[in-house]
Amino acid sequence: MTLRLDLQIISNWIPDGSRVLDLGCDNGTLLHHLQQRGITGYGLEIDNSKFADCIQSGVNVIQADLDQGLPQFADQSFDYVILSQTLQAVKRPDFLLEEIVRVGKQAIIGFPNFGHWQCRLQLALGGHMPKSKSLPNAWFDTPNIHLCTVQDFNKLCEKDSISVLRRSIVNHAHQDTIGTRLLPNLFGQIALYQIKKLPI
Amino acid sequence: MPETIPVDSVGLVTPITLHIKSPLLLDCGRSLPSYDLIYETYGKLNSDASNAVLINHALSGDHHAAGYHSMEDKKPGWWDSAIGPDKAIDTNHLFVVCMNNLGGCKGSTGPTSINPETGKIYGPDFPIVTVSDWVNSQVVLADQLNIQQWAAVVGGSLGAMQAMQWAISLPDRLKHALIIASASKLSAQNIAFNEVARTAIKSDPNFHDGHYSEHNTLPRQGLGLARMLGHITYLSDEAMGAKFGRELRNETLNYGYGVEFQIESYLRYQSISFVERFDANTYLLMTKALDYFDPAKEFNNDLAATVASIKAKSLVISFTSDWRFSPERSQEIVDALLSAGKEVTYAEIEANQGHDAFLMPIPRYIEIMTNYMNQVIADIKLS
Repeated sequence: MTLRLDLQIISNWIPDGSRVLDLGCDNGTLLHHLQQRGITGYGLEIDNSKFADCIQSGVNVIQADLDQGLPQFADQSFDYVILSQTLQAVKRPDFLLEEIVRVGKQAIIGFPNFGHWQCRLQLALGGHMPKSKSLPNAWFDTPNIHLCTVQDFNKLCEKDSISVLRRSIVNHAHQDTIGTRLLPNLFGQIALYQIKKLPI
Repeated sequence: MPETIPVDSVGLVTPITLHIKSPLLLDCGRSLPSYDLIYETYGKLNSDASNAVLINHALSGDHHAAGYHSMEDKKPGWWDSAIGPDKAIDTNHLFVVCMNNLGGCKGSTGPTSINPETGKIYGPDFPIVTVSDWVNSQVVLADQLNIQQWAAVVGGSLGAMQAMQWAISLPDRLKHALIIASASKLSAQNIAFNEVARTAIKSDPNFHDGHYSEHNTLPRQGLGLARMLGHITYLSDEAMGAKFGRELRNETLNYGYGVEFQIESYLRYQSISFVERFDANTYLLMTKALDYFDPAKEFNNDLAATVASIKAKSLVISFTSDWRFSPERSQEIVDALLSAGKEVTYAEIEANQGHDAFLMPIPRYIEIMTNYMNQVIADIKLS
């Protein structure tokens, strides 16, 4: 089974034998893939339809609501906490981010970049809420209630003393182009960050 | 009564009684000099005895978990919805064992059995047994069946406490534990419900301090009342409302104290039928075993330290409307397992049937259990 490209990038960033927590682990594809490399841990998922698939693929999955934070996990108890395409769907992304860097020695966060030029154009000239491949829903039924741009995310990290160790900002085909390299907030559609909390 | 046995049934089954002549030392300090264990099995044990699954019954359950004893049976075993060929616990691949707990009244030695030392019925003199004692007696059964390691130990409610105890006390003897609708210990409210049930039984004039059989009578009122109370707490307000509402047996009110509402009639029927099939001393004993269960007590009330010994993978399941063993109690178990770094999966099933939901064929519940048991089967094939 081939892995979705953003999950492939995340997978490449995680060394063999790590202990991981995958928040919003979907149908367990990433965790299942990581398990083949001796990477252990848990997935958290609230969606009933995906949950049974996780079990079928032999992934340890906990039904939990990310809006409640991660109180069941001790500080720095995972090598990596992964949050892929879910940050924008939680009630308080700032609170969850704090929890993530508390529980994980490092974290990998992936989110759709709302600063992409197509989003800007749709709002500026079209006068309507943007829709795209990664944000296909209408404004009234979207689960994506806290969209942010690459710039917004950088600022949140700065505010919370979170350092960015690595980042990959790519287009939908998960390629980096001259545009995504020079002006990531304008040309990047999907942002992946590897972060850690700076010692206070 | 089944006219024909359904294809996904284990079919006609015959219980087996094992007589154990060596004594079993109990937590209370006493020991049973010899005892019987009655059990049923479904499916075939494979050549290396790696496909055995132990099912533990709840308070009023027994060893008859699936299939029929005869073509005259009105109903199959208590968990027939989950056990059978191509069912969640698939007897095409698994060898399933279910035993009546010691202290029970369905064939394993208990208060209705003859005390070999006196030649009389044990009655209230039967020692109070604990969840640990049950596990120890099941070890004897496993040894007899040459099962060194269970592929899974499964239980709901009180039965899940046994699964937990197996995982904690005998970590090398099971690969998976399925802990359904349970708790690591009863809450004060739960103990309180049990105490009301016990008081109902003990205050029946026919109880005779538990020696009712010597008086050729039964504490029908008391046991029936205990069952009524239990039954109410095993259902949810919503489930009861949906099933009975305020429906009357007759069209008009009688302005009397007889049975008028359908729910009253149902509860009376439940209590009468229960009294015919269950022993009051066993009921007292089972509720005490529930109350006493608290494995963390020996570990300074630290549940994470308690489960540190566990090697099995666990599946923990709770039901949203279960207020007797609420999802929070299951989450405590999950949190302890997570904190100890154990392999665990946790699902909270949307269900309106209350505690009894764990016995129901709720699609999402069955799907999760099926998928998990597929992993159990995959693990057997790996080894």
